[in-house]
Parts: sequence; C-alpha cells; structure tokens
Amino acid sequence: MSSFFLAVGTLWQRELVRFYRQPSRVVGALAPPVLFWLLIGSGLGPSFRVPGATTGTSYLAWFFPGVVILILLFTAIFSEISIIEDRREGFLQGVLVAPVPRAAVVLGKVLGGTTLAMLQSALFLALGPAVGLTPSSPGALLVLAAVLFLLAFALTALAAAIAWWLDSTQGFHAIMNLFLVPMWLLAGTLFPAEGTPGWLGAVMRVNPLTYGVAALRRSLAPEGTAGPGFAVSLWVTGACAALAFGLATLVASRRPTR
Amino acid sequence: MHADGPGLSPEAVRLRDLRHRFGEREALAGITLDVPAGELLALLGPNGSGKTTLFRILSTSLLPGAGSATVFGADVVRDSARARRAMGVVFQAPSLDRKLTAAENLRHQGRLYGLRGRALEERIATALGRMGLADRAGERVERLSGGMARRVELAKGLLHRPRLLLLDEPTSGLDPAARREFWTYFDALRRESGATAVVTTHLMEEADRADRIALMDEGRLVALGPPAALTAEIGGDVITLETGRPEELAAAIAARLGCQAAVVERAVRIEIPRGHELVPRLMEAFGDDIRGLVLGKPTLDDVFVRRTGHHFHAGDAS
Repeated sequence: MSSFFLAVGTLWQRELVRFYRQPSRVVGALAPPVLFWLLIGSGLGPSFRVPGATTGTSYLAWFFPGVVILILLFTAIFSEISIIEDRREGFLQGVLVAPVPRAAVVLGKVLGGTTLAMLQSALFLALGPAVGLTPSSPGALLVLAAVLFLLAFALTALAAAIAWWLDSTQGFHAIMNLFLVPMWLLAGTLFPAEGTPGWLGAVMRVNPLTYGVAALRRSLAPEGTAGPGFAVSLWVTGACAALAFGLATLVASRRPTR
Repeated sequence: MHADGPGLSPEAVRLRDLRHRFGEREALAGITLDVPAGELLALLGPNGSGKTTLFRILSTSLLPGAGSATVFGADVVRDSARARRAMGVVFQAPSLDRKLTAAENLRHQGRLYGLRGRALEERIATALGRMGLADRAGERVERLSGGMARRVELAKGLLHRPRLLLLDEPTSGLDPAARREFWTYFDALRRESGATAVVTTHLMEEADRADRIALMDEGRLVALGPPAALTAEIGGDVITLETGRPEELAAAIAARLGCQAAVVERAVRIEIPRGHELVPRLMEAFGDDIRGLVLGKPTLDDVFVRRTGHHFHAGDAS
C-alpha cells in the first residue's frame, strides 16, 4: 500500500513542478476567467436582476462562483491535457511499464490537477471580499475548501478520462468547446435556471455541474440562494467525482500503452 | 520473489510461439526463444521485422496476440507486476520529462519502483556518476545533449537494479562518437551488475557486440547464434558480381564452372570456399558480362541473404 501512495505522491509532485515551470499555463488558466468576470460582469450587470433575490445583489457578485468554477475547469483541462503530451513526448511509456497500478497513475495525475485548480481558484477567491463574498467563520472556510476539493477533483478526473481516451490535443480542444464549456454555461453560472425556457431549464437540472455550482454558491453565501439544496448538491458532486475517477481509471487500464 | 527457486526456469527470458497481428499484418509469426541469465542478446532485423513488437510485448507495453513470454519465470501478461519489477526498460523514444532535471527524473523513476529517501538519493548519485553525468544532475534534460540524455535514460532504466535490461534501438539518433560512448558505459555497467540484456537494433555492427544474435525478418526468427558462428556457417567467401543480365550469368556460371550462383536483388552471388581461386576463372570466362566484382568474408548481411533471399536493408521501405 505504501508503494501505491509513493507512486501517487511522486506523480502528484511532478504535476505541480511542471505546472509552475511553465508560467504560461498559470496565466492561461487564471487570466481568461478573470477577464470574463470583469467584462461580462460589468456589461450585464446593469440589466441583470437576480430572480427572487433581495435587491442589492450585484451581477459581479452573482457571477463570482461561476468564475471560480471556470478557473477550476480551465486548470483541470490544462493539467490533464498533459496526459496526451506525456504520451507523445514519451514520459508516460516509462510510467506505464513501472510496477504501479493504473489507479495510482491516474490518482497521482488527478490529485496534481486538483491541487493546482484549488491553488489557482484560491488566488481568485481572495478577491471575494471586494464583492461582499467572505466566508463568515473558520468553519465556513473549511466547508468552502471541502467543496472546492470535491469540485476540482470531479472536474480534473473528468478531464483525465477524456485525455486518456484521446490521442491529440486538438481533439481535446474540440471536446472542451463542444462539451465542457457548454456544461459550464448551463450550470447556473452565467445565468440562473429560473426564468429560462422549459427545455433549457430541464437540461440545467440534469447537468451535474449545476449541483456543484449550487454547493459552491451556498458555501460562499449561505442565504438567499435559489437552486438545489446544499446536501443534495454535495452528494451529487461527490458521486460525480467518484464516477469520473472510476471512468478515468477504467479508460487508462483498457488503453494499450500508446 | 523466488524467481530462481527450484522448479523454475533458469532463463531470463522465455518466449513460446509468440504471435501478434496489427489488423491484417502479421507482426510476429510465432517466435520461440530462450535467453539464459547473464547473456547479451541482440534482436537484429530491418524495420518492420517485428523486433520492436517483440520488445513492446516483453516490456508489458503491448498484450501478445497468442503465445507466452516470461521474464525470470514471471508471465508478462498474468504476472506483469513481478515481470515489471525484474525489468529495466530503455525506450527508443525519449522517456524523460524535459522540464525536469536529470536527478528529478531519476527520483520519480525510483519512487515508481518503490525506492525512497536516502537510499534513493545515493542510487541517483551513483547512477549519474557512472554515466559521467555527476556534474549535470541539476540540469534540466532539455539542456542536455542527445548523447547525455540517452545516458540519463540508461541510468533511469538501471536505477532499480533490474535483472533484465530491455533496450529498444538505444543509440538511434546518436552520432557515431556518442554511440561508441554509450556502449562503453553500457559494457561497464553490465560487467558490474551481471544483468541480462536484450537489445533491439537494425545496425549490424551493434549486433556484433552481443553474445548471441537473433536475426529477425517479417515476424520470424531466421537465425540464432553467436555472431562468429552465424557468419562461419556460410563457410569460405562471398563473391558478388554486378552485371546487366544476372539470371543468364548465374545460369552460365552454374553450367560452366559447376558452382552454386544465386541472383539476389539484380546481382549474382556465389558462396564458395577459397573464393580467390574462382575470381580469375570468372573473369576469364565471363569478363565481358561482369561490370564489377566484390570478394569478401561473409557478414551478417550474407547470413541474412542466405536465410531470407534478400538483403538486410531491402525491408527498410516497409
């Protein structure tokens, strides 16, 4: 068992070292979401009213958790796309002939991406007080960290499953644009489910990320939030994290080395 | 953990009717081969001969279509974890993380094989030192020369002190000087560790260094033996004649001089003891038809020609 976690730990460490040795990745995963937040937030703000909310909730504040999710998603993608690069550049072939179970390889990669996503989003969350979003107590901060971990793990594991399955980074970008970004858009991040046409509302209700967003919203601002409750949101997010990890491990085990 | 225990094979590698297909193409058409512990075996063959497929199956990178392969008694499919621990693998394509330093690459490798702490650090220092890279430990791999990077690969493959070293075209992409240097380090390491080694190569001069050569063509084992024994089986000399009409010339030589003459890739080829005695007779009888004549001692290429009917590099296009 200890050799299992030794392998997980060393692959986790490599993810972190590599990420921060390539500063463009740090900026690439953080800058676009922040820019979206400022531009979309400022542009839509005047004409946007949060449904059912008391007056005074600004769009910048309402959009804030959605941007956190986008940072998690982008970091997850940027970190797990390296599985494809590792395969092309050759590092992966050495890992795959080492006496290490595939689950350890996947877990090391996913925990690396999860850690990076949490660190990147923490940078952005430090801006929270500017729009009135501050965890009220150390306990609330712990809850927030736990929710972030679950979300980051689920998104990273999903990105890992896709990356193990694909052969090219171009393919990954296509999936990102056709699947991952719409999934983010329709999770109550940019606009709430309330008041959308029926079919769109239905899609948003079955989108598991909707529950992740709700969990994050509630851990940032416990009161006055519409959408799914906290407990059910945590359960759905946790189940998705486990499912995505299982899927990634399955894809990695089925796949021949190249 | 008792690979040497009673009742188990003393062979480092044991292949039994190993087969593999890629779609229609038969990459391995039934290979049976034993490699005794301590041997250096070269898998020599042109591109497409199946040697890399064999390497990938042995290294557990590819599941065989049929047949079995064991490494110190551990089946590479059913008991892959044990087989993997017994092996150190050096791939043809680089397997180093170029963003990491040489030492960091080795550290990750060591931990994947269950090594840690001070023992690991000592091994890294020793391994890099043996490769003449002690002063480059902290250098990122992307800043090392091709020859140095290959030596880091070798250090990486050897770090957990495997009993079997598997190398796939380890010197490809290196210039002749770096290639010689690589083999010098390799020889020193093998002398010290006594490890068995299986090396694939398409370079005959590299295969010549091995204890035995397994000559491969089109997924088959066409010859197996020590380099000297393989060339000795030809016996005598090889005469190659360049001519415009090879078929006619070969037939005429057989008829008039009574010796076996074969046509191989538009040239006439004669295997004969005391070849120098035949040369004047050939020139006298067929001087007008002969554009060029080469008299030589048999090489591995001649062995290959005798077993397959074509030259070694004829298969390169595939």
